[in-house]
Amino acid sequence: MIEIFGISLQAMLSQLLLGLVNGSFYAMLSLGLAVIFGLLNVINMAHGAFYMMGAFLAWMGLNYFGLNYWVMLITAPLLAGVFGMVIEKTLLRWLYQLDHLYGLLLTFGITLMLEGLFRSFYGTSGQPYSVPELLAGATNLGFMMLPNYRAWVVVASLVVCFATWFAIEKTKLGAYLRAGTENPKLVEAFGINVPLMVTLTYGFGVALAAFAGVLAAPVIQVSPLMGSDLIIVVFAVVVIGGMGSIMGSIIIGLALGVIEGLTRVFYPELSATVVFIIMVIVLTLRPAGLFGKEK
Amino acid sequence: MNKKVGYAIALAAALAAPFVVYPVFLMQVLCFALFACAFNLLIGFTGLLSFGHAAFFGGAGYVTGYALKSMGLPFELGLALGIVAAAAIGLIMGSLAIRRQGIYFAMITLALAQMLFFVYLQAPFTDGENGLQGVPRGRLLGSIDLGNDMTLYYVVLAIAIAGFALIARTIHSPFGQVLKAIKENEARAISLGYDVDRYKLLAFVLSAALSGLAGATKTVVLGLETLTDVHWSMSGLVVLMTLVGGLGTLAGPIVGAIVIVALENKVGDVGNWLAALTSIEWFRSIGESVTMVTGFIFIVCVLAFRRGIVGEIGALFSRTSTR
Amino acid sequence: MNAVKYPQVLEGKEQNMEKALEIANLHAWYGESHILHDVNLSVNQGEVVALLGRNGVGRTTTLRAIMGLTGTRKGSITIGGTEAIDLPTHKIAHLGVGYCPEERGIFSSLSAEENMLLPPSVSKTDKGMPVEEIYDMFPNLQERKSSQGTRLSGGEQQMLAVARILRTGARLFLLDEISEGLAPVIVQALARMITMLKAKGYTIVMVEQNFRFAAPLADRFYVMEHGQIIEGFTAAELEANMPVLHELLGV
Repeated sequence: MIEIFGISLQAMLSQLLLGLVNGSFYAMLSLGLAVIFGLLNVINMAHGAFYMMGAFLAWMGLNYFGLNYWVMLITAPLLAGVFGMVIEKTLLRWLYQLDHLYGLLLTFGITLMLEGLFRSFYGTSGQPYSVPELLAGATNLGFMMLPNYRAWVVVASLVVCFATWFAIEKTKLGAYLRAGTENPKLVEAFGINVPLMVTLTYGFGVALAAFAGVLAAPVIQVSPLMGSDLIIVVFAVVVIGGMGSIMGSIIIGLALGVIEGLTRVFYPELSATVVFIIMVIVLTLRPAGLFGKEK
Repeated sequence: MNKKVGYAIALAAALAAPFVVYPVFLMQVLCFALFACAFNLLIGFTGLLSFGHAAFFGGAGYVTGYALKSMGLPFELGLALGIVAAAAIGLIMGSLAIRRQGIYFAMITLALAQMLFFVYLQAPFTDGENGLQGVPRGRLLGSIDLGNDMTLYYVVLAIAIAGFALIARTIHSPFGQVLKAIKENEARAISLGYDVDRYKLLAFVLSAALSGLAGATKTVVLGLETLTDVHWSMSGLVVLMTLVGGLGTLAGPIVGAIVIVALENKVGDVGNWLAALTSIEWFRSIGESVTMVTGFIFIVCVLAFRRGIVGEIGALFSRTSTR
Repeated sequence: MNAVKYPQVLEGKEQNMEKALEIANLHAWYGESHILHDVNLSVNQGEVVALLGRNGVGRTTTLRAIMGLTGTRKGSITIGGTEAIDLPTHKIAHLGVGYCPEERGIFSSLSAEENMLLPPSVSKTDKGMPVEEIYDMFPNLQERKSSQGTRLSGGEQQMLAVARILRTGARLFLLDEISEGLAPVIVQALARMITMLKAKGYTIVMVEQNFRFAAPLADRFYVMEHGQIIEGFTAAELEANMPVLHELLGV
């Protein structure tokens, strides 16, 4: 058995993979946050709640309607996205003219309501969700056993993140989004329905969070509290990376997940706070964040 | 003149209150009122939204609790230690958070407070999920026994009034004027030559210290401290109190604290009443889900009630007086 | 204040055709500030109209009001016969309006070519100028098409700002200070462009400080002061009105 610093290679790679899994969630959530913040200038505190909602929708879909994982992987984000668009159209849009802190407070209130709602039905304990049959088990790679589901999570996340990056940086629609982030009024003067774009963008960001939630369901216990602790770490990720770059958010998210995983191997007590510690370091040395464009 | 009459009435009510209402409940209200006022110093008068104030409130609470219980310090020293701890945490947190503007500031305070939460969760002296229990009240100045609820009430009232007075004094001082200028137009304040970061940091530390005083006092009142007080939900709660009462007003946070603490205690009853009224059993569980009600109030306040109770009353008066 | 003089000459001639733009009793606010006080003007199809006046009198605000970019608006703005006062900005654009703002508004997160191709088509009937033709007119833009939009020189950015609305099929152009701060060579190129557009039948409303640039191009002139139109005359009447202009604008 190979050992590095007294830890078996298997254990280390296993933690590394878990770190990548967490990193994928960090990447997807900070990506959604960045996209929403760019166009709406609102920090979506409710992002964690939508992640949780995605996981719960998957669970509810299976347990109440017999809809399997694959169906919910598409349906849950769609439902969450629609719900998000309704929230944007009915609640959020009244606040754009005001100080941005009100948007933050509103989404915080939405977080509390959603969490409270799910808690009132399901309490705080986690609901189990089993790994879909297709992805159960592990593959023997020779130097380690690779849990299939975790590998799938990483691959799926990377694909989705990359697709989002591509859509934003390389397509016409993405050009509208980028231009709208800079000067929404002018983009509207060119004839683009910017209010609609804003609504769709919020819906998309939220759907991304819900997608992460569905991916998370078999890995993490589905509980009403699963979003809020995660989202605070995501905020730290966002502070570290800045929100100026899509690719930056993705890379930082993955990197921090890996670092967290490695910390869990060597210094487990530190693993809950290592991301925050890095945030402190970045703030001291490079206040604007690693990829930041100060807004 | 109206103001002085108002204060006199409030003072009289406060002095008489423990004869009518359970003193421990009142003391809790006073602590939260002080907490909210301290928080308001930052958001209402300097324009900085911190989402991490639980770190000071609960942080000091634990330090004071430990000092009184395990170190056997007298009451005054225990409180002082708590205040110093809160101020120190505030200094560190503030100097990091101030490096970024606006929205980032809030996220940084939240993240740092969460970090502190994990520290407290794992630190041995807090006893983790069990909470710190059996904190003695001790004696004031070595002689007055604080074990009596009524006695303690008047001490806590004095502490709270001292805190309010300090905040009021700060707001009306030249220092407070600069804070207001920073809130309204930071670029202007900078161009006028003010070291804006220094002022913000000072306001932050002051807010932290007073929040710590509130938390430390609450620990003594209840004789225990739990992780709830360092959790981000507590940070959110104090934001709500200030919002409901009225950002940027002096009395607002006090009113907000009273409303929210009362609500938290009564939500269960309201839930039961609604359940009985509509026969929808789910209403009963609203009582357990204070979170949901809190969230709902947040949303309503942000959309329709931004000036808060005191703010709305103030606006009403100024409208009638200008006629 | 002087009474507004409506140029009578052209009114009679073009009575059968719908006006490209007609503004009546327009008031506009930015928040609490009441900027436009009862603005009245009209522009016929195929005309070039210059909006003159000193800084701060409300010329840019007038263009922005047409596009729906100000605060509250009251009155009537008719574009090609359609009432636009209550329309949202993006619908106004789709009435066939191309807007070139004073600050140019080139997007830094887009390349020059992406900037050029950004505005969508705003006309079901008009195809707008093909990209090749635009690049013929502005070869610099083709050379620099992969550069980041804001890396272009001031003059190039101005050309880009105008070029991108040529593609859209808009028939009514609102141009705000397009000659501002540009080298004479480029200003001449812009003048040639406007002459060419006019020959093709486009309608242009220009806000211009540069009188020497605007004067040879415009069919009619309006002068603004304090948020109102105070003078209006045709190109033929320009000579006669020079003393007035000299007094108001120092030209």
